[in-house]
Parts: sequence; C-alpha cells; structure tokens
Amino acid sequence: MNSLTIAVPKCAIWLAAFSLGFATAGPLSAQSGSDPAARGNAIALEADRRDQGFGDSRAKLTMILRDQSGRTRERRLDVYVYETRGPRAGDKTLAVFQSPPDLAGTGFLSHAKILDHDDQWIYLPALKRVKRISAANKTGAFFGSEFTYEDIAAQEFGKFDNRWVQTESCAGRQCFVVERRPKYPGSGYSALMTWFDTASYRVHRIDYYDRRGKLLKRLILSNYRQYLGKFWRAHRFEMSNLRTGQQTTLLYDNFAFRTGISEQAFSPGQLGRAR
Amino acid sequence: MKPVKYRPPPVRPTVVHASCTFLLILAFATAPGAAPAAELDISGSFSTELRYFPQGPAFPGQSDTGATLSFSVTPKFQYEWNGAADRLTFEPFLRLDSADKNRSHADIRALNWLHRGETWDLVVGIDKVFWGVAESRHLVDIVNQTDAVEDVDGEAKLGQPMVNLNLQGAWGRLGFFILPGFRERTFPADDARLRGPLPIASDSVTFDAGAGGGNVDYALRYSRSFGKWDLGLSYFHGTSREPRLLPGVGPDAQPVLVPHYDLIEQTGLDLQYTTGAWLSKLEAITRTGHGDRFHAAVAGFEYTKFGFNGSNADLGFLAEYSYDGRDPVLAPPTAYDNDLFLGLRLSLNDINDSYAVAGALVDTETHAIGLFLEADRRIGETWRVDLKTRFFFDTPADDPLQAIERDGFLGLSVSKFF
Repeated sequence: MNSLTIAVPKCAIWLAAFSLGFATAGPLSAQSGSDPAARGNAIALEADRRDQGFGDSRAKLTMILRDQSGRTRERRLDVYVYETRGPRAGDKTLAVFQSPPDLAGTGFLSHAKILDHDDQWIYLPALKRVKRISAANKTGAFFGSEFTYEDIAAQEFGKFDNRWVQTESCAGRQCFVVERRPKYPGSGYSALMTWFDTASYRVHRIDYYDRRGKLLKRLILSNYRQYLGKFWRAHRFEMSNLRTGQQTTLLYDNFAFRTGISEQAFSPGQLGRAR
Repeated sequence: MKPVKYRPPPVRPTVVHASCTFLLILAFATAPGAAPAAELDISGSFSTELRYFPQGPAFPGQSDTGATLSFSVTPKFQYEWNGAADRLTFEPFLRLDSADKNRSHADIRALNWLHRGETWDLVVGIDKVFWGVAESRHLVDIVNQTDAVEDVDGEAKLGQPMVNLNLQGAWGRLGFFILPGFRERTFPADDARLRGPLPIASDSVTFDAGAGGGNVDYALRYSRSFGKWDLGLSYFHGTSREPRLLPGVGPDAQPVLVPHYDLIEQTGLDLQYTTGAWLSKLEAITRTGHGDRFHAAVAGFEYTKFGFNGSNADLGFLAEYSYDGRDPVLAPPTAYDNDLFLGLRLSLNDINDSYAVAGALVDTETHAIGLFLEADRRIGETWRVDLKTRFFFDTPADDPLQAIERDGFLGLSVSKFF
C-alpha cells in the first residue's frame, strides 16, 4: 500500500526555468501598430522567439521556502529541459530531487502541451515505480512553496491572450508591461501583469491577479546571465505572497546547454534511470 | 492488502550474488581510467518501528507479547562514471526484529551495474523492477519475490538477480529479462504474529522446474505512452513467485505446510487512461501452470479533488475491483478473488509533505473486510514519522486472511534519512 500513500507531489517541474516558451515558430513582428492586443502578442511572441534553439539544458535548482516567522526550508533538484520543435508540442522537462533526503531520487517528467493538460509522470524510487499522474492541478502549491503548478509550468506563447498596457521603466531599464490572460483550463488567475525589457525581452517581474482581479503575488526575476551568446536565464526567482507574507526563492546554478542528452531520456520508461 | 503468505525460509544469499559481484567488479575494473566527474553517493535511512497487537494470538505457540520492536537500515551506495553513462548501485537491507526471528533478516535489494546508451540500457546484477498501474493489487508485477515478512501489503520485494536489456525508441520501450537465481518467499516464524495456521517447512521446499530453485526464468516487457494512454504488455516464463502451500508432515510428525513453486507462464496487460483529474486503470493476466489456464484482472479509477475545500490539500478517491478465476486447490490462494477496494488519500501539500490514506478491501461474496490507515509526515529536514494500522474482520475459513484476523496491528515508525 505504500504506492498508494506516496503523497503524489504533484508535479511540475516546469521549473522549466521559466524559459518563456518554445512553441510556435512565428515571424518576428514586434513593430505592429498601436493596437494593444497586437502589440502585446508581438512582444510575447518575440520573447518566445528569442528563446528558440537552445536545444537542451541542465541546471541545479535550490528552492528556499520561507514562512511568516522567517523559518526556512531548502529543497534541491536537478532540472533537465529538452526543447521540442513544432507548434503543437511544448518542451519536455525532467526534475530529480536531491534533497530533502527522504525525497532524493524522486523524479518528475512533464511533456508540456499548449492548451491541453501536460502529460506528467512521477518516479517513486523506493518502489521503483513510474506512475502517470493527473496534471489537472494548476492552482495547488508546489511542495508547500508559493509557486503553484501553473506558475512553474512552461509559459508558452499560445497559452495566453496578451495585451500591451504601457511602456515604463523597471529594474533600471525600459520595460513593456503586458497583461497576459490565461487561455488554458483551470487557471487560478485572471491576469499576469508581465514586465519585459525592451532591449532583450527578458521578464523581470510578474504580478499575479486572482480570479476576482485582486493582486495576489509578485515574482521578481534577477541575476540574468546569457548562454551561448544568445539565451538569457534568470538565476534568482523571488515569489512573494502579498497576502500571507510568505516567500519562496528559486536559485539556479550550473546551467549547461546543448549537453547532447537525447529525447529518449525524457521517455517515461527512462524516468527510473535518472539519479 | 496482499494475501498474506505464511512463514519462512530464512533468507539465503544465493550463489548468484557472488557471481554478480564478480561481474560488478569487472565492470568497475574496465571503467575508463580518466572518468570525468565520477562520484560516490551515499544515502539511505535508519528506521525504528513499534508494532502493537491489541488482540491475543490465534494459535498456540505464538508469542502473545502485545508490542514488538524492530530496527532496520537501508543504505544506498551509488557510483557514477563515464558522464553518468555507467552506474554501480549497492543497496543492502537489514532488519532486526524483537519477536520474529524470520523478520530479522538481511537482503541485497540492489547490487548492479547500469549502462545507459542513447536508445538502450543494460542492467547486470541484482535489482528490482515494478510493472503495473493498480494500487490495491499488483497483478502484473512478477519479476521480484515478495518480502512477505516486511508487511502484509506485499509492497516490499527481495532483490532479483537479472540481466536486463531495454531498447527505447519513439515506438516505445522493449525490455528483455534473464532471471537466474530464484528467490524463495519469506514467511514469519512459527512463534510470530501474522503467520498462517501451520508451521512452514522451509527446509523441504519443492519445485516443478527440473533445476529447482536454479531454474533460469525469462521475461519480456513492452511499454509505451501515447497521448492520454499508458500501455504495458508483459510475458513471463519461469518459476512462480507465489508458492502453493501443500500439507506435509514435520520432523515431529506434526502437520506442516510445504511451499511448492510451480512452473508458470503468464501474459499481462496494464493500461491507464489519464484525463483531467481522473485516472482509469486496468491490469489483467492470463496464466498457465496453476491448474487450468485462468484469468485475473483488477480495474478501477482514481479521482483527485485538487485544492480540497479551498485549502492547499488534495483529496483522492480510489476504487478498484479485483477478479481472480484461479483454481482454489491447484493455484496459490489469493484474497482477491472477488473483491472491492475503496480508498481515500489526503495530501496536505505542506512543507512536510504530509499525507494520510485510508482504505478498505471488501470481499463481495463473504463480506470479509481488511481495513488500513496510514499517515506520514516529515519532521525537520531529515526525519519522517509514519503511522500505520491494519485490521481484518469477518474473514471466512477459506480466506487466506483468516489466519491473521487476530493479528491486526498498529505500527509507528520513526525514520532518519541521510
């Protein structure tokens, strides 16, 4: 009965490094007129386009959970991402827990979809069991953190309706502020207000509005570094719940790109082979 | 709730272990000298378990100590080299039990060399594999012997010597298994709780196979995920992991049960359809070698209510039905001939990954009931505490659970992970 009892830590690995998408190879059309929707779409699409071609990546992730009293807990994961080409499929992500020690070896695999639920599997090392799990859960907390499953899911272009709101300064730069409304089922948000810098289309801040339109959480992305002379990755994600005062920090480290890992390594049958 | 299989052969480290060790050393020795980033990783856990049996035992000679204490350790050593393409794993297991000398046992859960190619992987040595999708019963899962002294749920398995080659492509995954070194099932000691009605003659185990326990078994498995479907097909030819318990006479002319392992052939199917918050599952087998060919199946669903009651918690509902057409005499006994399983699982999704699960297995003909409750949470960063209870009610005389009806217990474990 142990297999029953594993708290299927609902997945989502999609700590996919917030790489803002893959999907839809669209033409560059950033200079669309002044229509806010067309402009918002063009900005989001350009951010998407600039991240295409990274191939695959590997990184170490430390997740720091902080409650109201300032007490912290740490989780460490290895995260692998495989870029899938084509308009209908999202990336494949594999995350393997390294700590806490009772979770070590627990693996998650996600094959992202655009508007349908992702395909997700979990690997339970004690039972050596690979189990396909439901990915319908969007609004639940990821391992007690301030990130929900949809927060850490791949943010493909096709998942949102976009609208440019204004251009203002942020993080010492000029930023497009784009309102993104989720189109996928089960979202806990009415909108994600997203700040893209105008120079390289990196995301610096996201404000999350709940379904009633009230501001709920704020994510600040920082410590950007560029890889392969092209791909930007934030190394610090600071999510604050503005209602409870709780915080979760994600710290990425040791990024490697185009490691040569094969797509087959992201098959459910191979899930038990990762360490 | 696996059918409880009675008592013991003490675990005998097989000869095969030695030869596997040799292979592993060989694998080690042939590892490229300039292996980049090779690392030894040591992890595992210590665990202390207290069990309390509120009722007295059913049979004379069984200890009526209400509480038993045991201690177990499972370290895991892993060494990777060749850019993680090669890995050695060593995972011994040891339990010391205050009341059951057979439950005080050691096993090698894993001692193997894994090589991963791009489209294939190979395991040589002792390992464990799991097949299937159902929760209440693992019908298709057949490679590893059940370590039945660990718990009545049958989840604990003994390490199985194997050579396992897997081919992986967009078309799915195909696995070939050569399984030398049969492992006999473990059974509780004569004076321990959770045993059958008669002593087990573990010294006079018999086999169908000419080579006895030295018979080499074979298995084949194909699995594939496509869209919302996950499919597995499997075939096994070899010595049954489930023994029949035949009446015999012990050295003092007392009645005993002699485990007999038949040669069987089993073809299995496991299928899961995942949509939204629903998982629909089916496992089915057809087997020859235990009397006439028979079929068995377990089918059911799992539904999860995410964010239950406005909280972060998830509440899962499980229901599975088991059918088993096996011969009551010529096949090993099963508690799953016509049974309904209903379960509830609560995951708090909190910082301690707390959860609880409760379930009932009801025989739809005899109305015998098995109930269990388990709860588990982390304490700090490296400790876990878990509580489990198992109780059985109204089991009829021909139900394998009848012998342990008075052995319902409450268990509390504290584990330290490293």
